[in-house]
Formats: sequence, C-alpha cells, structure tokens
Amino acid sequence: MRTPESNLGAHALRIVIVGHVDHGKSTLVGRLLHDTGSLPEGKFEQIQAVCRGRGRQFEWAFLMDALQSERDQNITIDVSQIWFRSQTRSYVIIDAPGHKEFLKNMVTGAASASAALLLIAANEGVQEQSKRHAYLLSMLGVDQVIVLINKMDLVGYSETVFNQIEKEYREFLEKLGVRPVRFIPIAAREGLNLVEASTSTLSWYNGPTLLRALDKLPTPSSESDGPLRFAVQDVYRFDERRIVAGRIESGTIRVGDYIVFAPNNKTSSVASIERWNAPVKDFATAGESVGIILSEPIFVERGHVGSHQTAAPIETRRFRARVFWMGDKPFSIGKRYTVKLLTQEIECQLASVDRVIDATSLDTSTGLRLSVVKNEVAEVTIQGRSPLVMDNYDKVANSGRFVIVDERDVAGGGIIFGGTYVERERIQSTNLFWSEVGIDYRIRTERNGHRGAVVWLTGLSGSGKSTLARALEVNLFNRHMQVYVLDGDNVRHGLNMNLGFSPDDRVENIRRIAEVAKLMANAGIVVIASLISPYRQDRSRARELVLKADIEFIEVHVAAPLQICERRDPKNLYKRARSGEIRNFTGIDAPYEEPENPEITIHTDRESVTESVGRLLDFLLPRLQLELAEYEI
Amino acid sequence: MESRYAHLDVLENQSIYIFREAYRKFKRLAMLWSIGKDSSVMLWLLRKAFFGHVPIPCVHVDTSYKIPEMIAFRDRVAKELGINLVVGQNREVLDRGETFPNGRITRVECCSLLKKDALQTIIEEKDYQAVVVGIRRDEEGTRAKERYFSPRDKNFEWNFKDQPPELWDQFKTDFEPGTHIRIHPLLHWTEVNVWEYIHREGIPVVGLYFARNGMRYRSLGCAPCTKPIQSNAQNVPEIIDELLHTRVSERSTRAQDQEAEDAFERLRSSGYM
Repeated sequence: MRTPESNLGAHALRIVIVGHVDHGKSTLVGRLLHDTGSLPEGKFEQIQAVCRGRGRQFEWAFLMDALQSERDQNITIDVSQIWFRSQTRSYVIIDAPGHKEFLKNMVTGAASASAALLLIAANEGVQEQSKRHAYLLSMLGVDQVIVLINKMDLVGYSETVFNQIEKEYREFLEKLGVRPVRFIPIAAREGLNLVEASTSTLSWYNGPTLLRALDKLPTPSSESDGPLRFAVQDVYRFDERRIVAGRIESGTIRVGDYIVFAPNNKTSSVASIERWNAPVKDFATAGESVGIILSEPIFVERGHVGSHQTAAPIETRRFRARVFWMGDKPFSIGKRYTVKLLTQEIECQLASVDRVIDATSLDTSTGLRLSVVKNEVAEVTIQGRSPLVMDNYDKVANSGRFVIVDERDVAGGGIIFGGTYVERERIQSTNLFWSEVGIDYRIRTERNGHRGAVVWLTGLSGSGKSTLARALEVNLFNRHMQVYVLDGDNVRHGLNMNLGFSPDDRVENIRRIAEVAKLMANAGIVVIASLISPYRQDRSRARELVLKADIEFIEVHVAAPLQICERRDPKNLYKRARSGEIRNFTGIDAPYEEPENPEITIHTDRESVTESVGRLLDFLLPRLQLELAEYEI
Repeated sequence: MESRYAHLDVLENQSIYIFREAYRKFKRLAMLWSIGKDSSVMLWLLRKAFFGHVPIPCVHVDTSYKIPEMIAFRDRVAKELGINLVVGQNREVLDRGETFPNGRITRVECCSLLKKDALQTIIEEKDYQAVVVGIRRDEEGTRAKERYFSPRDKNFEWNFKDQPPELWDQFKTDFEPGTHIRIHPLLHWTEVNVWEYIHREGIPVVGLYFARNGMRYRSLGCAPCTKPIQSNAQNVPEIIDELLHTRVSERSTRAQDQEAEDAFERLRSSGYM
C-alpha cells in the first residue's frame, strides 16, 4: 500500500489576485497553472492548436479564458476558484472580478483570502485600481501581500523602473499600514520568476520566485493566543444536557475556567467541553466549533459572548468604525439597520459620517454628510438600540468586524476602532469612548446612548398614571436606559414632607418636583413624573423650568372619564371624598384643568397598558435619540 | 495521522458552524442525502454539529435507476441511525416510462424530470424552507461560484449574476417569503479532503467506490449515466493517492454533464443540485 504524499492535500492557502485592468492577471494565472503542472490534460495543446490555426502567437490569457468558459460558461462577474499545487502545499486562487461594479463579489472573494498578489504592470506603473484594491484588502484583513511588478520585458528588465515603482507603491501601502511581504519583478508571459528564477534578464534580482515566496508564507495562524471570545451560536438540549454551542473566535477556553457572558454579565465556570466522536480534550482554541456545559444554570443565549473576567471585550451602544458600502441604497442617518457582529444582531442607526475616504488618494473629506453611498469608504459613528459586545479590530479581528444589513440585504461591512476597554471589576457598563474631558450633559448622554428628558404624566386620580409610569419605566429599563419614576408617593414622604394641600403648598410641591426632575434629567436620566398636577399654570411653570435647562419636557395627558376613575378607585380615595372625609379632592370638589396642548394623550379606558406604552414609546424614543450635532468628533 | 490531517479541522469546524447557523435560522430544514461519499461526510458533520443527533429529515431523490448497492446502503444507515428518511420520486414520469434509459428523452431532460422535478415536488409537499446540499466548489465551474446560503426564487431558479455577498461568516439568512434556500456546508472542501476525512474519521461509505476487477466508481449517480473508472484503489489511502496524481476531473464519468457545453449550467440554474 502506498501512502499519500505528505502535506499535499494539506490546508490550501487561499490567495486572491488583484490589480488594475490589463496588468496581466489572466496571463499570470494561466502561466502559473501551466508551470506548476496543474492544467487539465490536453488543455495546453488545445490552446496551442487554436492559436496556430489563427496564425497567432501563443496567448496565455486564452488559456485562462478557455478554462474560464469551460468552467464558468461565460459567467465572469462572480468569484471563481482555481486549485493548484506546489511541491509543498496546495493553493486556491480566488479569481475575484476587478470591476468596480462588482465590489460585493470582489469583497466576497477577498474576505476569505489569507494572502493577496497585487499586480502592477511595469510599463504603466501604479494606477487607480492598484490603490483601491490595496485599500480594500487592508480593510478586509488580508495582510499578507506580495507585489508583482509584471511585464518587465516591456521596460527592458530595468532595475531602475522596478525600484521606482516599488518606492512609490511602498509609500502608499505604508500609509495603509500594509507591510508587503516583498516586491518581485516578473514577466508572466515568459514565466520569469514565477516558478523558475530568471538567470539572465533579471539577474539583478536576488529574491525568491513567486512560488517560493508563496510557499514561505505562513499558514494563517489561529488567534489562539488572543483574549478569549466565545460566540454563542445556539443552546441545545440533547440527552438531558444543556449544551451551549458556539465558536471560539479568539483565545482558549478550558474546563474549570470562569467565564463572563456579555452583555448580561452572568458568570459560570466551564464544567465540560463537548465534541462528538473526537479525542477528549479539556480545552478548545480559536477556530473550534464546540459545545460547552456550564456549572451554573445561568441564562445564556445566541449572541452572548463569553470571555475571561480579566480580558473582557468592549460593551457599548456607540462605536466608531471604518465601513465600506456595497448597497444600491445609501447608508443614511435616520434609517434603521441591523448590525451583525459575531452572532449578535442589533438594530442600529448611523449617528454620523465623520469622514469619507478617497481610497486612491487617501484624502479625507469631513464636510457634513448624511449618508455613505455605494463603493465609498468612510469613518462613521454607529448607535445601537441596545449594547453590542465587540473589540477594536486591531485587538481581536473576529469580534472587531461586522456587516450592516439594510432591510434584508448585507449592504456594508466595517471594522471597529477607537473603543476604550474598561476593567470589568470596576465598572460594569463600558460606554467610555471620550472620557478625558470634563463631565457634562453631552458626555453623560453619550455614555447612556440617549438623552435625558422629563415625561410628565398628568391626570385624575385613578386614571392610570402609576400603572403607565411603571410599565414605561420597565420597558425603558429593559432597553438599558437610565430611567426613574417620581410620584406623589416617593416625594411627599421625604422631599415635600413639610408641605400640605393649601394652594401655596401645591404650587411649591410642583416646583420642587420639577426642579428635581430637571436635575435628574440633566444627569442623563429619563424622569417620569407621575402626578395629578391639576392646574395648567403649575404644569406650564414646570415646563418652563425644564426647558430652560435645555431638557425636553413631554406632557402626557392620561385621560379617563371621571366615572371610570371613580369606579376604579384603587386607593379608595373617591369614596372617602364623596363621604366628605377628604376635602378639595380633584374631580370631586376641586377642579382638574385638562391640558390644552399635551404632547400626547393616552386614553386608558380605550386601550391596554401595552398599547399605551407602545404609543408612548413611538413618541418618546425618537426624542431620546442623540442628534448629529451632539457628536462632532 | 493527527498532524497530517490538521487542515481537516479547519474544514470541519467551518461546516459545523454552517450547519448550526442553518438549524437556527430555518425551522423547516432538511438535508439532501444522495448516498455518495459527500453525503456520507455531510451526514457525519451533521452529527458532529448536533452531538451525534440527526435533528432534521434526510431527503433522498430516488430516480429508480440508482445502483442497487446504493439503496441497500441507504436503508441500512437510515435504520442504524434512526434517520427520518424522506424519499422523493417522480412516479408519474416513471409510470409513463418517459426516461432516457427507455430512449424517450435526452439525458439532461431525464435528470431534470427525475431529479430536479422530484426534488421540487418533495420540497413543496413538505414545505421545506431550506435544504442542505453537499456540493463542493472544486467539482465544476458553476459550483465554484456558489454561496454557503444560496437563495432560489419561487421556480427554484438560481440568479448567479446577483448573489448576496458573504464575508466574515455573516450570511444572508433573511429572505422574501417564498424564497427557497440551498445551504452548502461542504462548499470549501475538495474531493481529496473528503476522502482524507473519511480516512481519518472512519466514515462508512458505499462499497462501489473501491476497485473490483480494476474498476471503481469515482462519482455515483444513476446506473445508465455513470461509468466506473479504471483503478486499482481498493481502500481509502489508495484512493487519496490516486486523486493526488490525476488530472482528470471528477465529474468526467457523469454523462449528462458532457451532453452539451453548458448542460450542467442550465440544469443548475433551473434548480438542479
């Protein structure tokens, strides 16, 4: 029995070939396949015959085209893949279309590559696409780049030309933070420096051939040394066991490790690591899709990210990112999108376009922009509806990148930068992006991800204010918002314990509550004031006071007919008022002045609490959002 | 063997990830099980993803022309693993005898009726939203352009000119109602990888792949349209060795691909697997 040759079937290194149109991509691939003996039987001879029949010189690009039409049946706009082998390993050439219109296909191909060949024709030098492609590669995380200066035959194999192009292009790549593995002078048509070294014409070049340089590229390293990021994909119940299934995106997880799951920050140790029909190991490293059984029955679901306590990810609703946009419809402020990051899917909005980058000149424009259009690259600020767990891209690549879904389509991709890590032991919520300045209202709202506001519920006793206030509070709280209810009960017994029900005291009562609400809203909290507050004048004084502090005042008339309120009578107050036990009771022997222009009226006798809360949220949430002007960087 | 096959871990983990995404995102999900080596590997990976379980039905499209050994293998494995086996067949056409082996239609038309239409019928009958299919990019050109999550319209047509971008393992999983999804967890494997994995894991495959009297099947299909190749490879390592030295394509023994230059593309864009 013969044993298979070692390593030949080993993990294929995925390489993408990019470059300006006509810089020799097809010729390079054709020649490379031929010189490595990877062409199907008889293909070379067939093309030779075709060329001879037409009285032409042998054209390597024909070989690619023939292969292409055979393999692809004239579908040249999508990504295709071609396999070839060297002496030491196999390769997949990802043939991504270079045309600008097919950006999403180019991105699909290049995003899965671990190395790139950037082709520049020596006679034309660095061109627009040479730069644009390099820029996209750097964003897509393809950091192993070999630059091939092709068509050296057309410049007389000149070392000077080669050096000039290398110098110019190296400077450009440096600005991108791309450090090319090397520059190789080639003549793809003649097969110079592809597989065979050039001994005569390019004798001044002492470096390796393309194939040798490729063979020397390290196999993509798994990120097993990074901080642990375990992305929960699903939770299964099999054989009476609760298995948390997910992938280790970075780092290593071990049985016995204490794991924090963000964004809930519930913790448990790992009881076991589950695999089926595999050698038993008490650890799993980056790249592995495994199952984990936890010691504690904590709540964990898809989207949660497990990490060690000492090296936690960032958890925030607001983040800055560099994005590229592929969608036909622009990426616009005011529209809702879904960000998919690891297994998280969070509704987000574009908060601001901070600068748009010209991928070829690297110039940036910072004029006020409200959207990013197709094929553009920009630095933006994104605001999530709830917190996202993430990393800066340069720290952990897999949790530092995301895609943006517009309606149903993946329309953009991005990488995260500039986020601040906070030690979890000290602070649980980590929205500290710009923290080295004085603490003012803007900073507070930025951390919270929303503005402060005063929501003033007015209405008869028994109209449903307290129920509505509590339901709204729970809803906002569950959205991770800062919210607090001020009502007669928690104010009268402390702050206003020295006040009675005389006309003067009533005025003072409202004044104090408005004053406290203003301070709390200024601290970034959504304050829900739930008070009968029967007099228009009192309420408009409260409004003035709050507005003067630049805080939104939302008057909500909680309306229900008196008979219904009296029937509800939750505290038996109407009964006592009717019997004369209580005097000056609003609605009975004291007036209730309905608001003339409330921001919103809620009829609690006609709709359920859920419906009312829904209507309140529709009105409220857009007003709690941070606005563009508040975010200048 | 451990280190020589380390690259298979990467492929395996990726396939498991895709299976789990599919299972999470599509409630009415089934796997197409064609009995061949790729299907055997796919079934194994499914069990890897779900800790030994087969939580979705396996659909076999039976053209009635399959080599009998394949059907015997199918029934044995299904019984052993307790698989929910769903068999689809175009009875109407078979009863009328309107098939290629009967000389009434071309090979491509026969494939279209007995495989594609039978599959379409069973998918509609069972109301499957998505079907897992074991195609690989290295098989031929149109498959090389596939996505992991690939949408088909109401008529099962594949619009290869406008496919969703797939990057960083973020897949498009939200579609217009009525869209049918093909999921391809083996897309990134090669023929050699499949055999290496069968070797490493000890996965049972149908005996037709191993040489008898100097012949073996490299690719399995219907008996009238699939020819064995000359080979002395009698076990998995010998098959791997043979493949590492061949320059003949895998589907060259599948006659329907050769009928017209773009036969396979036409079959695929109209809904063939």
